Amino acid sequence: MTGLGVKIGKISLKNPVMAASGTFGYAKEFEKLVNLKHIGGIITKTITLNPRAGNPMPRICETAAGMLNAIGLQNEGFDNFIKEKLPYLSKIGTPVIVSISGNNIDEFFILAKRLDKIKSISGIELNISCPNIKCEGLVAHDAKETYEVVKAVRKITGKTIITKLSPNVTDIVKIAKAAENAGSDAVSLVNTFLGMAIDIETRKPKLGNITGGLSGPCIKPIALRMVYDVSRNIDIPVIGIGGIMSASDAVEFMIAGASTIQIGTANFIEPDVCGKIIKGIEEYLRKHKIENIEELIGSFNDKR
Amino acid sequence: MKDIKAKILSNEKTRYVYYKMVLDAPYIARSAKPGQFVEIKCSDSFEPLLRRPFSIHRVKGKGSRVKEIEILYEVVGKGTDVLSKKQKGESFDILGPLGNGFVLPRAHAPNLEPRAIIISGGIGAAPLVFLAEELTKKKIKTIVLIGAKTKKLILCEKDFKKFTSEVYVSTDDGTYGCKGFVSKLFHNILKTTESNFETVVYVCGPHGMLKCIAQICEERNFECQVSLEENMACGIGACLGCVVKTKTGNKLACKDGPVFDSKEIIW
Ligand SMILES: Cc1cc2nc3c(=O)[nH]c(=O)nc-3n(C[C@H](O)[C@H](O)[C@H](O)COP(=O)(O)OP(=O)(O)OC[C@H]3O[C@@H](n4cnc5c(N)ncnc54)[C@H](O)[C@@H]3O)c2cc1C
Ligand SMILES: Cc1cc2nc3c(=O)[nH]c(=O)nc-3n(C[C@H](O)[C@H](O)[C@H](O)COP(=O)(O)O)c2cc1C
Ligand code: FES
Repeated sequence: MTGLGVKIGKISLKNPVMAASGTFGYAKEFEKLVNLKHIGGIITKTITLNPRAGNPMPRICETAAGMLNAIGLQNEGFDNFIKEKLPYLSKIGTPVIVSISGNNIDEFFILAKRLDKIKSISGIELNISCPNIKCEGLVAHDAKETYEVVKAVRKITGKTIITKLSPNVTDIVKIAKAAENAGSDAVSLVNTFLGMAIDIETRKPKLGNITGGLSGPCIKPIALRMVYDVSRNIDIPVIGIGGIMSASDAVEFMIAGASTIQIGTANFIEPDVCGKIIKGIEEYLRKHKIENIEELIGSFNDKR
Repeated sequence: MKDIKAKILSNEKTRYVYYKMVLDAPYIARSAKPGQFVEIKCSDSFEPLLRRPFSIHRVKGKGSRVKEIEILYEVVGKGTDVLSKKQKGESFDILGPLGNGFVLPRAHAPNLEPRAIIISGGIGAAPLVFLAEELTKKKIKTIVLIGAKTKKLILCEKDFKKFTSEVYVSTDDGTYGCKGFVSKLFHNILKTTESNFETVVYVCGPHGMLKCIAQICEERNFECQVSLEENMACGIGACLGCVVKTKTGNKLACKDGPVFDSKEIIW
């Protein structure tokens, strides 16, 4: 048996494959299609303090080897999450990481404070990087604001904090460092790339929100480069996200420096893709006679 | 709901840009209800990337030998183009059955016999043939109205006629049947048929047509079930991409629908 286990902050994961926020609902949606117990970790759809109706339709459109989405963080709010979603999530037996977002530091703080009291929640992912909400500017676009949000949440909770970074910045390493300095246990990257698509017959945007977030295989090389850059410059674990469709994609991210990975868009195409990737990683380790997956992380060979 | 590998038993052009595909999918065939759909992974490459939703057009076989489903589709873009080129014997992943499906007329007021009026616009015929079959199996009086732009785009007239003799057609340009929109035909039918029925209207087609039919039903106080189409990614209620605005808040076309009570929709 090869060792697939990894640690992120205080969370021990049985394998490095996690389901990304917003692409796996609240897990129950997948119960008939996936063995939820086998997944390394589940990041739930981002919740906010109060319910959000989300963006106008259409909210998704396909692009070359990718998709644009502008869901707009539709969710029923914190209270509904606790009442309707948490009981099921708590029973699965897989670490549950709750993704949260807020319009300001206070909202992040209040949400983290409330989640801190709930035993069955393993960690909190700070979604400071959703491109689909209209406010003055994303927290993740500014190192100082990132620092302050993470710091505020760190003060209130001992639970594992993962800060999810936006790729729509000039220097992602700088933001990652700010999160690390403020006490984040890990960073996850990337969230979606801001993009758009136009119907040339009507000259109208294909998304109701005009712009949206690009995800899927088309973003993989850029996400990989960012994971590579960030992981070489910080000491906390990096969670790689972006266009991972197969076990080889996952392994590539880990070689670049990711401690674990998250699967997003691929869940829509192959509901049991996480299971498939876990198996594939095991095979890779066996084939390359690697006993412990930790050996793979950042094992990038830079000699030509 | 299951994700299964299904083999193509046949894939043929029926007319113009319309194709029919028969798939070997016993699990889906046995559990499907009219109005439900499947998500087809058209290709193993990233083009197209997402699955595409298609209504279950027919379920074939009898009793425990039910094992085939039929899809009726219109080639409109990448995914449907790839589908149209698939050969008999190839297989792909299909996820289903998905969605809620139509509700058949239930217990009704005494002295009032139930009557179903099916209204189909263009490719909207796809889920309605299966519905007509189920309704007539239950001996419910069924009237079918088919609307199309022009004669060559009329779909499933013969299929519907297998189940009921009351099939009426309208074309926008008058090349076949009654001239004008199917809503006009609907008005005419209501004028000429007796009304001591409890009527349920089932409709699938372009958005404008659904809205128009829903309005007529509201005026007449008929129950009206509309099957809606929205862009979909997951098909199982996870991505929140297929939202439908209703009087009780956001609903999902893939999970709460695709069939909705027309009175619930904010048009
Ligand atoms: C629940 C549900 C059931 C459906 N059942 C059927 C069915 O039984 N038979 C069938 O043929 N189709 C059905 N559809 C529509 C079908 O899913 C789309 O036509 C298909 O996804 C288009 O994929 P594509 O890759 O060929 O087109 P794309 O490349 O995605 O789009 C190409 C062009 O076609 C247009 N287009 C996309 N979707 C539609 C659409 N729904 N109608 C008209 N134009 C469109 C786009 O705007 C674009 O301009 C259903 C849709 C839903 C949501
Ligand atoms: C439909 C959709 C909804 C998403 N919703 C969220 C969300 O609520 N919170 C979040 O942090 N990321 C969200 N994401 C981003 C994903 O978690 C992920 O970071 C991104 O899609 C890149 O990974 P991928 O290429 O594997 O999809 C969403 C992505 C998609 C496609
Ligand atoms: S298609 Fe994903 S929620 Fe409906």
